[in-house]
Amino acid sequence: MKNRVVCYFSAAQSEQPIIYQLIKDYDLVVNILKADINPQKEGYLVVELEGKREKYKSGVEYLKSLGIHVEPLSETVVWSEEICIQCGACPSFCPTQALDLDRETMMVSFDNSKCVICGMCLDCCPTRAIKLYFEVREAV
Amino acid sequence: MAYQKTYEEINEKIKRGEAVVVTAEEVIDIVAEQGLEKAAREIDVVTTGTFGPMCSSGAFLNFGHSRPRIKMSKVWLNGVEAYAGIAAVDAYLGAAQLPENDPENKVYPGRFSYGGGHVIHDLLEGKEIRLEAIGYGTDCYPNKKVDTVIKLEDLNEAILFNPRNAYQNYNCAVNLSDRTIYTYMGIVKPNLGNASYSTSGQLSPLLNDPYYKTIGVGTRIFLGGGIGYVAWNGTQHHPNVLRGENGVPKVGAGTLAVIGDLKQMDPNWLVGLSYIGYGATMAVGIGIPIPILDEEILSYAAVKDEDIYCPIVDYSEGYPYGKSIDLGFANFKDLKSGKITINGKEVISTPQSSIYRARRIADTLKEWIKVGRFELTKPVASLPSADANIEFKSIPERNPNGNR
Repeated sequence: MKNRVVCYFSAAQSEQPIIYQLIKDYDLVVNILKADINPQKEGYLVVELEGKREKYKSGVEYLKSLGIHVEPLSETVVWSEEICIQCGACPSFCPTQALDLDRETMMVSFDNSKCVICGMCLDCCPTRAIKLYFEVREAV
Repeated sequence: MAYQKTYEEINEKIKRGEAVVVTAEEVIDIVAEQGLEKAAREIDVVTTGTFGPMCSSGAFLNFGHSRPRIKMSKVWLNGVEAYAGIAAVDAYLGAAQLPENDPENKVYPGRFSYGGGHVIHDLLEGKEIRLEAIGYGTDCYPNKKVDTVIKLEDLNEAILFNPRNAYQNYNCAVNLSDRTIYTYMGIVKPNLGNASYSTSGQLSPLLNDPYYKTIGVGTRIFLGGGIGYVAWNGTQHHPNVLRGENGVPKVGAGTLAVIGDLKQMDPNWLVGLSYIGYGATMAVGIGIPIPILDEEILSYAAVKDEDIYCPIVDYSEGYPYGKSIDLGFANFKDLKSGKITINGKEVISTPQSSIYRARRIADTLKEWIKVGRFELTKPVASLPSADANIEFKSIPERNPNGNR
């Protein structure tokens, strides 16, 4: 299985070589997407963990046993109307019509509630008006 | 003799604030309701507009001299090289130029987040740009290195000069292969997954004046939010192509070279673009007024999307390898609806050129003319038209060592 999670650390926990352990002891493929770890304060790590179901579960248990908060990653897609030039390319890549082109006005709109965060729109936007953000809480 | 107007008469009306100006979309219904003859008497100017990626764009810049003086042999703006093989502190910054250390397609598909078009946009936004230059040093230009920060206002001249813009019609790109391809027409999905097109159709300048009867050398235009001029025909200008009964080319045909003072342009209308897997470029906003001198010119300007066709071209094999694969034509009414039919299959159409922005350009130009801010110019020379005998050449394959 494969999941993206956010791990929240305390200052002391940031000393732990957790990535090494996850790979060596739990045989997980670890892909660090974003990290902000500071020895003086708490931090977070956004990681993609991939491996056999059992290994994945015990790997996450290991993190929790260290007192690290592990939460599923929530991502959000943000469309910037100011940067968008209304070319209209993105709606034809959007599977849920969250990005839509009004055929009368030929203007693009974005409905966040329909977005399934597939990320198809990120690549096709020539002005990079669409961005994917990780939602990470302020330090615990 | 049918009714005729002159440029001088139209400009007199513009000066008096009495000119009747409509956009290339508005004119369609007016002609349908009133007929050509009445509408031609009534309407003085039809405004067109287009806003899309135009790679053959760039700017000549003069930086002024350093002390001691330098003959710049290499120049970089925010790390993007500008061509310096002209006089000492002149350079040409191309819209498609990439930064020196760009990873390009080494990790495929590349991101191409920044390039010459982005630098031009940043200059217009008033941002500070790092200017680096080197020279080999001469008696008259002893300085060998410049590393500083400049803004658009610090330059003596910044002249936008785009050698090929406003393509009269363009291919509609599809992908017959089984893998996604990354092109200058955007992402094209496998197995006819989508069809990517890029013109503003019934709003597009050269589609409204298919034989270049009013658009020629010296025509004053809306360029990048300011005022510019048609300098010449553009590169790859190829007017003697397949045309419909209405005179409109059914394939890529005429092009324009355009010029204007970058300093009076607007960042909203010159925007750096990043095409994944392809490269960086710039969206250019162009609007051209068409003086309604007679009924014939009006009949061309009243062209409708459903009567404009473009060729459907395979970009997996057909275009890159010059293979002829007949997929027919698509009309712009269907393309703008979001779906076209290719070989009996319904295919999603993906625009690259912004119709919304093209409309705003046509509206802006209309307003400028109405308030007397923008007068029309009669071309000083015509562009080669459909009767020209222009051959569309390719690079000859010859042996540089002279052996055949």
